[in-house]
Amino acid sequence: MSNESKAYIHSATNILVHVPELVRYGSKCHREVEDSGESFLHALNKNLRSFKEVVSYPPNQAFIGNLNPDKLDKKSKPWFKNLLEGSSKEGVFGEILDQTTFYMLLKSADDFELFLLDSDFINSNNNYSPSAKKIFNEKFLNKGSKISAIEENIQLKGSLSIENKGELVGCFQSDHEKDESLDARILLENLSAKASGAFALNRMLVQDSIDPLSVEYIISCSEEAIGDRYNRGGGNLAKAIGEMVGCKNASGMDVKAFCAAPVYALIHAASLIQSKVVKNVVVVGGGSLAKLGMKAHFHMEKKMPVLEDLLGGVAFFLSSDGTAGTPYINLEIVGHHPIGSSSSPQEMIDSLVYKPLDKANLSVFDIDKFCVELHNPEITVPAGAGDVPLVNYKTIAALGVMKEKLTKEGIQDFILDKGMPGFSPTQGHIPAGVPYLGYAIKALKEGSFKRAMVVAKGSLFLGRMTRSADGVSVVVQV
Amino acid sequence: MDDRKVIIIGERDGIPGPTIAECLEASGREIVFQKTECFV
Amino acid sequence: MDLENQATIKKLSEEYGSENLMVVLGMPTDGLKIAVETLTKGDPSWAGPLAGVSLGLPVYHVLEEEIRDLIPSEIYEEKLKMMEIVLDLEKIESNLLEMRASNS
Repeated sequence: MSNESKAYIHSATNILVHVPELVRYGSKCHREVEDSGESFLHALNKNLRSFKEVVSYPPNQAFIGNLNPDKLDKKSKPWFKNLLEGSSKEGVFGEILDQTTFYMLLKSADDFELFLLDSDFINSNNNYSPSAKKIFNEKFLNKGSKISAIEENIQLKGSLSIENKGELVGCFQSDHEKDESLDARILLENLSAKASGAFALNRMLVQDSIDPLSVEYIISCSEEAIGDRYNRGGGNLAKAIGEMVGCKNASGMDVKAFCAAPVYALIHAASLIQSKVVKNVVVVGGGSLAKLGMKAHFHMEKKMPVLEDLLGGVAFFLSSDGTAGTPYINLEIVGHHPIGSSSSPQEMIDSLVYKPLDKANLSVFDIDKFCVELHNPEITVPAGAGDVPLVNYKTIAALGVMKEKLTKEGIQDFILDKGMPGFSPTQGHIPAGVPYLGYAIKALKEGSFKRAMVVAKGSLFLGRMTRSADGVSVVVQV
Repeated sequence: MDDRKVIIIGERDGIPGPTIAECLEASGREIVFQKTECFV
Repeated sequence: MDLENQATIKKLSEEYGSENLMVVLGMPTDGLKIAVETLTKGDPSWAGPLAGVSLGLPVYHVLEEEIRDLIPSEIYEEKLKMMEIVLDLEKIESNLLEMRASNS
């Protein structure tokens, strides 16, 4: 394969947005508030973290590139009680954004005046993240509202109250009385995905000095359905994100594949480059507001803070420019899970890991790191959802034992060497292997790694169109 | 156990419902409900 | 356990009778205790339709012996054998033993 026909991956960015006062609008919390009323909301508000706590939380430092996940398990646990003093919200390849700034981004993303924001709030704050401020829309921010108008809107239209530090600062309204797809909560989810995705994209462009005008194509792998009642999942959040960031020369589209979407997006991006349709592609994923506070009930029961208070976002830049030593997406090692395959973990991992590696005459020992679903176990275990990365690694190792490629006694060492603890917020598609890519790119460039394999899965059965699961994998290498 | 109808609750990060169903159908059991839970 | 699943299982118990049903689970060890308790004594979180409702259903894990013995060996080998390592079968069996002892 000549250098020209490779799709090189140059940049990876992971962002987090701390939105404690939007947790109430996560799907589970919203239903709890409707059922239990103010008592649940009151309990929720008492158990939210401060921005400082979120910045100092070890898995979040790992997420933005400041703490290699290999070192995470050496940090004292529970992590939420052993914060890393002196941590920065700026990361080697990411950033943690505060709620105030996010509200400004949300307003800047809002072409249809869905989000009424108090003018005093808009004018009284400063000291914003430069990567965020660069994509503020001054025209939209000049359309602030009076609090009295916001209060009236909430009362008359039932709009969602938006608070900051316990004070009402805005409201979010529906855009159509009779269209459920344009209901306030749906639009807030969609706009949050747009704004957080745009922040991830812009952070990456700024971080790696990439001119937004040079971007040719954008693929969004976010999970929200963008549309109205006639086109509920119409999509193309990619172009909305690109527009917000100033990528005027780019076109784009969305990849929809539940939690496996980021990896599909990388494969499709690489395919477009390798087939010379375009010279570069950005893959971007915005956060999932619906998943905020999904396990809040369990966390509070166990006297933990509500840990699902963060929107996640990712962005990656791929292009046809590169040399030997530049990491690239190897489209000759892609794992698919065929429709006719069963959903058994054995067959899934065989399809996604062993078969593509066998085809390339490689073994699992030729992979330096497996980047599986990287959900933070401190979030999932208290809710009875188990340690997702660990189960994935055990499955890869166990199938290796069945295939006599490793011994049962060797499983632990295999996991230590080729795996890592989870460190991503439980934001659906965001944890799907890709949060590690910033570290992988560095290790591949330095020569300490030769290959990383990204393995993602999707729960298609949640959409009630099939009982099947899904998965996809690809190797990134030099 | 012989005549009992089967309810299956699988889990995405454990053993999914369809896998359990394939195994039990092979034993001739009638499955009246099958779901896979997903908590992430 | 998912609240909608609780509601469906409650409905099925009413329709078929608990004595004509059995439940087979596939979760890892972590979620097992809550699932078993929900389907026998009632939802311990008091959040779902099975809050305070004791269905008393016989609940098994797909990997335990009574269920393993029902499945043709070649199918078990192909689809489930590996999961004995992944899900820690010993721990599942001991947890179930403990839960059944406390129920009786």
